[in-house]
Amino acid sequence: MPRRVALVGVGLTKTANRRKDITYPELTFEAVNNALSFTHLKPEDIDAVVYGSMDPFDGLSCPEKWNVDSCASAGVLNKPLMKISTGGTTGGSTALAGYYNVASGLFDVVLAVASQRVGETIDAQQVLNTCLEPCYERPFGFGAIMIAAMQATSHMHYYGTTEEDLARVAVQNHEHALNNPHAHLRFKLTIEEALKTRMISWPLKLADCCPSSDGACALIFASEEKAEKITSTPAWIKGAGQITDGYYLGDRTWYHEWDTLATLARRVYKSAKIYNPFKEIDVAEVYTAFSIQQILEYEALGFCEKGEGGKLLASGATSMNGSLPVCPSGSVICTNPIGASGLIRVGEAALQVMGKAEGRQVPNVKLALAHAWGATIGFHTLMILSKEKP
Amino acid sequence: MNTEELIEVQERWNIPYRHSAGRFASRFLIALRDEKKVYGVRCPRCKRVLVPPRPFCERCFVQCTEWVGVSDKGTLEGFTISYQAYVGLPTPPYASGLIKLDGADTALMHFVGGVDLSDPQKAKKAVKIGMRVEAVWKEERLGHILDIEHFRPVQK
Repeated sequence: MPRRVALVGVGLTKTANRRKDITYPELTFEAVNNALSFTHLKPEDIDAVVYGSMDPFDGLSCPEKWNVDSCASAGVLNKPLMKISTGGTTGGSTALAGYYNVASGLFDVVLAVASQRVGETIDAQQVLNTCLEPCYERPFGFGAIMIAAMQATSHMHYYGTTEEDLARVAVQNHEHALNNPHAHLRFKLTIEEALKTRMISWPLKLADCCPSSDGACALIFASEEKAEKITSTPAWIKGAGQITDGYYLGDRTWYHEWDTLATLARRVYKSAKIYNPFKEIDVAEVYTAFSIQQILEYEALGFCEKGEGGKLLASGATSMNGSLPVCPSGSVICTNPIGASGLIRVGEAALQVMGKAEGRQVPNVKLALAHAWGATIGFHTLMILSKEKP
Repeated sequence: MNTEELIEVQERWNIPYRHSAGRFASRFLIALRDEKKVYGVRCPRCKRVLVPPRPFCERCFVQCTEWVGVSDKGTLEGFTISYQAYVGLPTPPYASGLIKLDGADTALMHFVGGVDLSDPQKAKKAVKIGMRVEAVWKEERLGHILDIEHFRPVQK
């Protein structure tokens, strides 16, 4: 039986396309230092570290080596450190690794940290487009943007979703990001403005796409006994999981549905005893790197029926005043330090459960969901955080 | 001392690689070059014809040995049209997508050409999911996936 685990500390950083004032380890230090201050823990209190980043955005093959001392002095204190890298789900997988390490009983206090400097990659698309194997698929460039665009053309074809529906996702997330001092893009966006941005990959325009961001996140996971000593507001892990799909993009041509995410959601909801996710979950932090994905995420997570994602958003149900606010942070479409983005989703969900999300706080959150996707949309992670001890 | 000035260290590495295509992709690519023909493999258990061909069926986790020729005509199952330039990819605009060739159970990734893509609002009417497409073969073929130049709408 896994032990009960709580998230007790959250450390976020300032994010921007370029953080020229700091080195890479300093960016990681900023996140870890914030997480330690949040909990009043010292580096010596950390038993083990899990570190996430997606190579080679940062321009070195082994970023955990450069960052080892910013992970709560892990290097000089000779702590165990494990590196996690699963594409866009890196941050989600890093949270899971932190959780598993404590749940297993092997460690009591684990630091999960993910940092990424996408802004230091002169051309991030070269990294994303080399996610595909070289013999059959790479010449066609289906890195992140084009695969998301294919999700959009399929959703439009099968369900009649429109360019306006996509723009509305961008507009709502930009509105939310205005409340988040840790967001990268913080400006008001209208539907008309979003529709006028230049076409990138039909039907996705610039406003439908995430930026390249420098940023990091650090979370502290603790066993039940430790968690209750560290904080009076732990965010308990009530459910968690990860799922993968097969490699070949041409083996699954139903891009108007995200069935792997739906399958993972069913598994995780079952273990967390969630029967009506739309009613029971109070806030969701999903990984919306491209506008269409939030529509697919609503549907796969059971917030609405298939094909109804655009309507759900238009109804206002997922806005800050709605019955299930989604991404009070502004999501990945406003801030994308890729390997850290999944961990930020978990951190944001935890802050909501703790009641410490400040200007972006949703009232009375008891249950929050955090999601990430990665690996050319083949991988997903989910975590359910709860105010009540499970 | 001017503390406002911040230095950026510029780096540019060129790391060359060579990828082994293996027996299956090699045979597939050689058939494109020498026969102008597309081959897949049939899974001995689920009987699906897998294109592009691969050494084992991922669903059944058994080795594939039977080669099956498929048509160079098929149906477009998904696509996008790129208007942004990327290193190593064609000059935009270009359409790319997934084509399920007649006789295959999985789709092949490729370009869709022979269509005016300059205006997205017109292009979206010209490239559609479900449209019938056929391979346009290059004259000079090198044993590469781009020995097929692109797939174009089937000429009626």
